[in-house]
Amino acid sequence: MSTVAVAHEHHAEHPRGIWRWITTTNHKDIGTLYLCFSLLMFFVGGAFAMLIRAELFTPGMQLMDPLFFNEMTTLHGLVMIFGAIMPAFVGLANWMIPMMIGAPDMALPRMNNWSFWILPFAMLLLLSTLFMPGGAPAGGWTMYPPLMLQTGIAFPFTIFAIHLMGISSVMGAINIIATILNLRAPGMSLMKMPMFVWSWLITAYLLIAVMPVLAGAVTMELMDKYFGTSFFNAAGGGDPILYQHVFWFFGHPEVYIMILPAFGIISEIIPTFSRKPLFGYSSMVYAIASIAFLSFIVWAHHMFTVGMPLAADLFFMFSTMLIAVPTGVKVFNWTATMWRGSLSFETPMLFAIAFLFLFTIGGFSGVMLALVPADWQYHQTYFVVAHFHYVLVTGAAFAIMGGVYYWLPKWTGHMYNEKLAKTHFWLTAISANVLYFPMHFLGLAGMPRRIPDYPVQFTDLNQIVSIGGFVFGASQLLFVACIILCVRGGKKAEARVWEGAHGLEWTLPSPPPYHSFTEPPAPNLIWAHPYRND
Amino acid sequence: MSAEAHAGNRYYIPNGTHWPIIGSVGLFTTAVGAATWLEDMDFGKYLFVLGLLILFGMMFGWFGTVIRESLSGTYNTQVDRSFRWGMTFFIFSEVMFFGAFFGALFYARVFVQPWLGGASNSLFTNLLLWKGYEPTWPSNGPAGLGGAFEAMKPLGIPALNTLILLSSGLTVTLAHWSLKEDNRKKLIFFLSLTVILGFSFVVLQAHEYIHAYTEQNLTLGSGIYGTTFFMLTGFHGLHVTIGAIMLTVILVRAIRGHFTPQNHFAFEAVTWYWHFVDVVWLGLYIFVYWL
Repeated sequence: MSTVAVAHEHHAEHPRGIWRWITTTNHKDIGTLYLCFSLLMFFVGGAFAMLIRAELFTPGMQLMDPLFFNEMTTLHGLVMIFGAIMPAFVGLANWMIPMMIGAPDMALPRMNNWSFWILPFAMLLLLSTLFMPGGAPAGGWTMYPPLMLQTGIAFPFTIFAIHLMGISSVMGAINIIATILNLRAPGMSLMKMPMFVWSWLITAYLLIAVMPVLAGAVTMELMDKYFGTSFFNAAGGGDPILYQHVFWFFGHPEVYIMILPAFGIISEIIPTFSRKPLFGYSSMVYAIASIAFLSFIVWAHHMFTVGMPLAADLFFMFSTMLIAVPTGVKVFNWTATMWRGSLSFETPMLFAIAFLFLFTIGGFSGVMLALVPADWQYHQTYFVVAHFHYVLVTGAAFAIMGGVYYWLPKWTGHMYNEKLAKTHFWLTAISANVLYFPMHFLGLAGMPRRIPDYPVQFTDLNQIVSIGGFVFGASQLLFVACIILCVRGGKKAEARVWEGAHGLEWTLPSPPPYHSFTEPPAPNLIWAHPYRND
Repeated sequence: MSAEAHAGNRYYIPNGTHWPIIGSVGLFTTAVGAATWLEDMDFGKYLFVLGLLILFGMMFGWFGTVIRESLSGTYNTQVDRSFRWGMTFFIFSEVMFFGAFFGALFYARVFVQPWLGGASNSLFTNLLLWKGYEPTWPSNGPAGLGGAFEAMKPLGIPALNTLILLSSGLTVTLAHWSLKEDNRKKLIFFLSLTVILGFSFVVLQAHEYIHAYTEQNLTLGSGIYGTTFFMLTGFHGLHVTIGAIMLTVILVRAIRGHFTPQNHFAFEAVTWYWHFVDVVWLGLYIFVYWL
């Protein structure tokens, strides 16, 4: 075990305390930073959601004025997307990809540090707007003009926060691509990579393709507000709808940026707890690639009500419905992996199965929203809110939580408390449905999004939703408790934490050495990969 | 700083570094400075400049570290490949950034102008809001923002700039060939020529802008034509400036003898970037100046 010896010798060199975390170039340290940051942001964004649900508990205005309500919906979206979900996936990528491909670290370790350390500053810029005269941005997370242009001092701070988050994401993605393409252990061909690595390779490509487009969109807004340009001003020959096109050209791939790594995690967890190889490995790869390709040609389904020509409506309707095909392949393959498997239901598997059911509900409501005539009814209602919370919370966030429980013993060397974790799972899964499912009915009945008040006939459902929300929010404290307890102690975890787990990360001790593989692993460890029999 | 990096038997793994946090502080300071400056707070511009200075210092230090490591032979071929992938995808991200602005131009010309004139399903847009507007290009919109202006013509300075950039692409390739032949004199000659051509482009572009503002009444406020013209050529000009500065750095390094025929990735990365800037210009020349 020379690997371990080298790592320990090195361990003594690096600085201690806060300076270690600020200057670190180690993929595990940076992964931990990302994950802790995203957990913190999950609670910040969650606090905003609690305020929203408190205001909506009864009709009429009680806790806040409408402007502040709009600030809350805007910041809730931005913080959850750019602060919680995305950094959590990057954190998992940092921790797991080098271990999964048999590498010592990421390909560009110094840039890796910078990708992370831009993020807290970006969020500081964004959240500082809450304390500015005129308040935080209140035009929705999509920042449509002309509404967004009415923001006060918060406006340029929000735009620059978006720029910084974009720089951070692009650098992180470049690093991940370079790592995957260049640092795989000898013998690991692309089609032998773990599915999580595949999902991140494609996600990173999407990130590099669309984050600059978002930067372009918000830069155009900045220019329109301060330098008299006419991008979004019809009087000068521009068009506010242009913003929506540019934004959603970013925005739709962004949706997949937040779900493809989740697919990867689920594709790791389900085979482990089914004790079977993943069903249809190559079709899973092609499905991810197809979804990524389609994500670039569906953006205007977010804009069916803006008055596009019918031909555009039809094109985007059909291209959107096509996505159901590769997504269906994935859901089928996960189900087929479990078919006749020797299933056990530890917490990661519970989250994976919940993901399978609940994400699919979000997928179905997505197909409903893709239908132009139906969308004219659903648009800008709580039906849309229900849809994207099913894919982003019970989809992306559940996969992240499942992934955290799945790999926590590997990271810490201790088993988490299964009883507590299962309590967390059940409370989360049940409250999430109490929270989000009635939103479908509210939306179909005509309750609009982003409005702080509603007619009295919506009261019952809104109160159910709010109660679900409060329970969901409180349940997440159990998640933190599970993590802290696991970090501090617990039953010793073996190298192969789960008996059905396969892959290089399980050949390393738990916790793994500081530099995961200082020598590439023996090729026979890769050939033993269970996803392929050749 | 000999312990900046340590390699195992096989892999290159750098030790901790303080440059990224300095970069983050620099970015943050620049952003706060720019935001407050835009909101008419006087201290903003000083913060902005301070932030940029921090960023320059960071780049100087960080690249300096990398150059020292490269010269001391710390890097192996695997590191070289990582750098290549990194630069490739960085340029791809830049392509997408320009794509957003080209997309805005195409959308404004192909869709927005006819629609404001009542085409497709926009008859009432025209009748109720912009009655009598005849879509044309160049256009400053139905309200004629910024008043009458004279549009850019493809001949004259833009054609000369095209010639200059294309020639600079040639000279930088000749410099690369000289480098591979290990002929440092020729390398320095052609690289200097490239730098001169690059900065000449920037000077001519500046001249063109001054002319547009003073003689042609063409400004950022001249409706969608002025908007797309100045934003596209402006971001391109910014990239040419950055590219020319990068070329200058490479020239200084060539004079100091940093490059060998086998090992000169920094040189290649800058040439990739320079060719990218070149290709963007061709797109600009065709779609902004010509068609």
